[in-house]
Amino acid sequence: MLGALILVITTGVVRAETIQVKMEKLGFVPPEITAHVGDTIEWVNSDFVVHTATARDGSWDVLIPVNAKKTVVLKAEGTVDYYCKFHPNMTGKILVSK
Amino acid sequence: MVTLWPNKSGNLFGAEASKGPMTFAQQEGSMVSLRFAATLAAVGLFASGVVFAEDAKPNDAQIAHIAYTAGKIDIEAADQAKQKSKNKEVLAFAADMERDHKAVNEKALALVKKLGVTPEDNDTSKSLSKQAADKRAELAKLNGKAFDKAYIDNEVAYHKAVDSALQNTLIPDASNAELKDLLTTGLKIFQGHEQHAEHVAAEFK
Repeated sequence: MLGALILVITTGVVRAETIQVKMEKLGFVPPEITAHVGDTIEWVNSDFVVHTATARDGSWDVLIPVNAKKTVVLKAEGTVDYYCKFHPNMTGKILVSK
Repeated sequence: MVTLWPNKSGNLFGAEASKGPMTFAQQEGSMVSLRFAATLAAVGLFASGVVFAEDAKPNDAQIAHIAYTAGKIDIEAADQAKQKSKNKEVLAFAADMERDHKAVNEKALALVKKLGVTPEDNDTSKSLSKQAADKRAELAKLNGKAFDKAYIDNEVAYHKAVDSALQNTLIPDASNAELKDLLTTGLKIFQGHEQHAEHVAAEFK
């Protein structure tokens, strides 16, 4: 525990966050988020149809069943536009910084 | 006349429906007297050849029937595609349509049950079913890539027509707030299908 704390302090690592994005009424809520490399995005599908969170650059493609949660860990900085493959009118954006 | 509702008893909702004031047979008999039928003056003709009533004012029971019928038609179209197509994209699209439209129709059935509304057949539903049967017969004669292209092109046109009807007629005319809400979510789902179909169709150009 102490060792881990010292490691965090000495390396200057900021604890990774989990950021939740809801999928409701065919929208990603919030549609645009800011995050850091190492953060986890958690999508929660509260619609009654299956959705995906699919990065346009191909870096991830997650299927989120009805009433389910799925996560992705952000590995690189940059802007990721994503959408639902089944309902391409559902779009979102993640601004990832270091 | 094809019964549009998934029920073995012949009533719309089995035991539930038998408690209501009208049986399905009585509804069929009273069809000609419907205000909706009488006011079915103007129609919209869309690219797909799908015709919707535009200026008639359907009631909630009729709106529920039309929305359910529209979904059922696309599930049947997906069934046909699953039987005839060998194209991976087309088959995946058909599976998506079947899954989503079944989910929407299950919601619709649960809602009308909750509201105590007995969906009412009407000229728009009948017209939709007739046109869908004609389209299925037309597609049945096609095979391979010709079928795939015709199916997906029709999916684009059909969803456009349904979305337009939802936006311009069914949602504004729905009086119950929960029905309006479900139709509004349905519209967003179907607009997604329209875009999805356009993406698949682009591969057959």
